[in-house]
Amino acid sequence: MRNSFADTFHELGQRDPRLCIVVADISPAGSIQKFRDAFPERFVNTGVAEQVMIGMTAGMAMRGLRPFAYTIATFALYRPFEMVRNDLAYQNLPVTIVGIGGGVAYSVLGGTHHAQEDVAIACGIPNLSVISPCDPLEVEAATRHCAVQTGGPIYMRLGKAGEPVLTRDAPDPFLFGKLRFLRRVPGAETCILAHGGIMRLAQQAADALAERGEPASLVSVHTLKPLDSAGLRAILASYRRVVVIEETSCQNGLGPMVKRIAWDMDADTRLHHFALRDEFTHVHGSHADVLASHGLTLENILAALDQRPAAGRRGRGAP
Amino acid sequence: MLVSDTDTPTASVPPRDGRFDVAAARRRCLELRHRILDLSRNLAAMHIAPAFSCLEMVDAIYFGLMRRDRNGASSDTFILSKGHGCMAQYAVLERLGVLSSEDLELNCKPEGRLGGHPDYGTPGIEASTGSLGHGLAIGLGMAYADKLKREDRRVFVLVGDGEMQEGSVWEALMMAANLGLDNLVCLLDLNDFQGLGRTSETHPHFYPIVDKIAAFGWEVASVDGHDAGALVDAFQSRRGGVPFFVVGRTIKGRGVAFMENVPIWHYRSPDAEEYRIAKAGLREVGSGGGTAPGGGS
Ligand SMILES: Cc1ncc(C[n+]2csc(CCOP(=O)(O)OP(=O)(O)O)c2C)c(N)n1
Ligand SMILES: [Mg+2]
Repeated sequence: MRNSFADTFHELGQRDPRLCIVVADISPAGSIQKFRDAFPERFVNTGVAEQVMIGMTAGMAMRGLRPFAYTIATFALYRPFEMVRNDLAYQNLPVTIVGIGGGVAYSVLGGTHHAQEDVAIACGIPNLSVISPCDPLEVEAATRHCAVQTGGPIYMRLGKAGEPVLTRDAPDPFLFGKLRFLRRVPGAETCILAHGGIMRLAQQAADALAERGEPASLVSVHTLKPLDSAGLRAILASYRRVVVIEETSCQNGLGPMVKRIAWDMDADTRLHHFALRDEFTHVHGSHADVLASHGLTLENILAALDQRPAAGRRGRGAP
Repeated sequence: MLVSDTDTPTASVPPRDGRFDVAAARRRCLELRHRILDLSRNLAAMHIAPAFSCLEMVDAIYFGLMRRDRNGASSDTFILSKGHGCMAQYAVLERLGVLSSEDLELNCKPEGRLGGHPDYGTPGIEASTGSLGHGLAIGLGMAYADKLKREDRRVFVLVGDGEMQEGSVWEALMMAANLGLDNLVCLLDLNDFQGLGRTSETHPHFYPIVDKIAAFGWEVASVDGHDAGALVDAFQSRRGGVPFFVVGRTIKGRGVAFMENVPIWHYRSPDAEEYRIAKAGLREVGSGGGTAPGGGS
């Protein structure tokens, strides 16, 4: 994902002299080096200093530039939290904060590097939009949106590197603020919603269900704020089971937002939410190991779905 | 050009209090470097150069500065604020018997209890670090609590030079002398490198560093950070009465010629061939002097 961001940013930066990138001692991948060589004055490295990284993007935006801030997700959002809130969001400036390693992607590096509550925090700040692309192609589309939009600050939550392309054949295009079907199965009773790199697991879950004759639709809710409430209402109205899989704290994120909408519309659908626990894991290992320590495995998801088949909340059709 | 296998002893070795054996420290650090290199074989990536940079400082803190009772227990505290250098600390803690060899073998494995940064609650680890710029304020709080409780404890905090760009470090630096914390010691691993390159090139106004810290009311010493004896001496000959800061001039990746001052070794494990070359080239390291401009001051 970070390479896709870098390539797209490099391409756009050649055309738009207002695009700048401010990093905090984290080496941006691939093409950002080309951007840096070509436009050294539009690449700023504040050093290990995230507060000034965010603060200065505010000032640059106030002077008409289009800055992006870039570092590891925890350091992009938590360390400079008040700069994000006051300088960017309160003043509603068009700055993009790129956070690398959303969720527990920096698995072995431990709790200090796990961005598990970032979605909740970012969604809680007025004016701040939140995008969580699921694959390199969505990263590219999201970056293009961020580079031209004038609506205010955006937190773009990325994974690391090596994520597979999942959306090439998606029936829907990427549109900021609109959820997107990656797989639309007519007649399916189950719809799986996910965002970010864990879409791969969501896709595996959809495949596994399809193999057992319970095909499921698959949706990327890449824009978590503003949330596509109309799109979600339509899904909640037409599927008997909606499954949210996300690599964010269960306390907040997409799952609880979907539940709120479902309650408000009195949806007759069964809702499942698979997310990170409200815990700091002290398991160090691969990304999959750390997800497993939060209970996020394909086996667990399928087992939980087996226990409560698609039925609707009021048990219509349930045994 | 720097030589990696400097085994020439420092010209004059000032008298010490007898507890700290410089020759033994050099032998120990050589063994620790071997151990860390061996362990790097288990991991796809390891912060190896940051560990080699601060190895002598960590060794000197544990073996020369922290006071121990007859059972080896210490009431003094060490916080590795640049937590990514933790292989140095893990290797020393193994040496002290605080961590087991199995702990180190299982580093970053789900069955083990060590990870890529020090985790509070693990034996020997006094604070969870990894996000830079936290350790000094935590250490300051401990030192203040020890003062309040009239306990004779010292707190040692090791920070990186890149880390010192965090505003929080300077907030703690400004506060320490206000609180009269002469029981707080901050050691700086001044290797003139950070994640994105050489500090003197990317952030030249980081320097002079000694004057800046002294201006905040600290007593400051600047020593060769690979000379553990010099570190211990600097501490023992301090005037005292105020917080103490030691600038250790170091070389990032010290001890393995091809890693020294080469940015990619910030976070990388050697492959089989690199491992072989590194192992074959390891020698005792007694000094280095660092590469920061103007000796880091
Ligand atoms: C708050 C924060 N920002 C960024 C990082 C990512 N990071 C890890 S190590 C490092 C460079 C640190 O340089 P320095 O303190 O000089 O340590 P060295 O490796 O040179 O010993 C960075 C930026 C981090 N761990 N914490
Ligand atoms: Mg450094």
